[in-house]
Amino acid sequence: MALLDLCGAPRGQRGDWAVPLAGSRQRSDPGHYSFSPRSPELALPRGMQPTDFFRSLGGNGESNVQIEMAHGTTTLAFKFQHGEIVAVGSRAPAGNYIYTLKVNKVIEINPHLHGTMSGCAADCQYWERLLAKECRLHYLRNGERVSVSAASKLLSHMMCQYRSMGLSMGSMICGWDQKGPGLYYVDHNGTRLSGSMFSTGSGNSHAYGVMDSGKRRDLSIEEAYDLGRRAIVHATHRDSYSGGVVNMYHMKEDDWVKVESTDVSDLMHQYREASQ
Amino acid sequence: MLPPSPLRVGIRGTNIVVLGVEKKSVAKLQDERTVRKICALDDHVCMAFAGLTADARVVINKARVECQSHKLTVEDPVTVEYITRFIATLKQKYTQSNGRRPFGISALIVGFDDDGIPRLYQTDPSGTYHAWKANAIGRSAKTVREFLEKNYTEDAIAHDNEAIKLAIRALLEVVQSGGKNIELAIIRRNQPLKMFSAKEIELQVNEIEKEKEEAEKKKSKKTT
Repeated sequence: MALLDLCGAPRGQRGDWAVPLAGSRQRSDPGHYSFSPRSPELALPRGMQPTDFFRSLGGNGESNVQIEMAHGTTTLAFKFQHGEIVAVGSRAPAGNYIYTLKVNKVIEINPHLHGTMSGCAADCQYWERLLAKECRLHYLRNGERVSVSAASKLLSHMMCQYRSMGLSMGSMICGWDQKGPGLYYVDHNGTRLSGSMFSTGSGNSHAYGVMDSGKRRDLSIEEAYDLGRRAIVHATHRDSYSGGVVNMYHMKEDDWVKVESTDVSDLMHQYREASQ
Repeated sequence: MLPPSPLRVGIRGTNIVVLGVEKKSVAKLQDERTVRKICALDDHVCMAFAGLTADARVVINKARVECQSHKLTVEDPVTVEYITRFIATLKQKYTQSNGRRPFGISALIVGFDDDGIPRLYQTDPSGTYHAWKANAIGRSAKTVREFLEKNYTEDAIAHDNEAIKLAIRALLEVVQSGGKNIELAIIRRNQPLKMFSAKEIELQVNEIEKEKEEAEKKKSKKTT
């Protein structure tokens, strides 16, 4: 069944009162792990709470080992009369260290569907690639492309299965299906919201400020590109965890277009000079 | 040997899908309403089955749950093909497990997809399914299918009423005692399932008989 197949993984810890039947193996038993490519399962050692484990390793512990989950991005997406604009920053920080300035935070699921990533880089990449696999299977089984609402719902259900286990992901699923342009925000709690403008990541408040001032329904294509560009540039300028280049995509009815991949500091100089 | 199951006829029109079933005459003391042969799987899909009623109950229940499950995960109603594939896959599983026997039913599944296209599918106990323009299952299905092959034309199905009459005429080929032993259900595009009342069926049957008489008169005029 559609629902049963999706909600297969164990959710969190079983209480002491949940005594397994004699002879049955619990799904969290390491020996039971199926390694099945069909149903994604994450095996957990018995008695483990992921969030406590990470807390003990990171932050203000006295130990020398500190693992900080990579947070920090700005991503945004909005709908306008000519389709959808998706713009993302590209810095990948881990605490105070910058891993790379060239991460691609947009996953191209198919010519009509994109997912953005913010939060923990590993979580985003893994789950969105899994989503891409499911979307492809949906197309093969049903002969028509998955709708944006279905794709976002699949991702939301994956997140719900592993709720409160320490996943960190804020993503926007943007695409064009038979009902027109679709934009959904999905995060690690399983929240799924439909809207016409979203921004995620540590720099999102700055991006919202710029977008709210400039967004109109009747933007021309160039104006929309400029709005997305400015929002990312100003957000990455103010937010120490964001930076790198602006990767911008324009989702149209037939196809998407990668508009540009421009360095943030170059753009910042341009804006400075223009205002002087 | 089980008695042959009553006849079921399915017609796919241009703007309508029709399911007609032969009603076995019920015993005097039996409450007719508990014997439902045409079942809605969702607002836009319904099915009729021929075979073991008890097996059908199980399949229909699972299909109904799957329709809602699909709506929940995908936010769209099932396509007729999807739910047919689900039922067929379910049936196939039972042909390949130990300790179980196959579901003893054939089903006719009709409905409209979201894009407004009408569909008719037939499944059988082995788990195969095919799309049809018009089909019959149950007793004398072969004869009725031949009747349909002769009489299913683009004109015949272009108008809703004509499609309904075609289904009833196909049933009347085999069913004795006319309209009293027929049950009919239709789905029109963007409208929910409609079961015909006994009166409405009577009306259609009377029209058909009138048309027959007129056709006979014309024939006899030509010959004389």
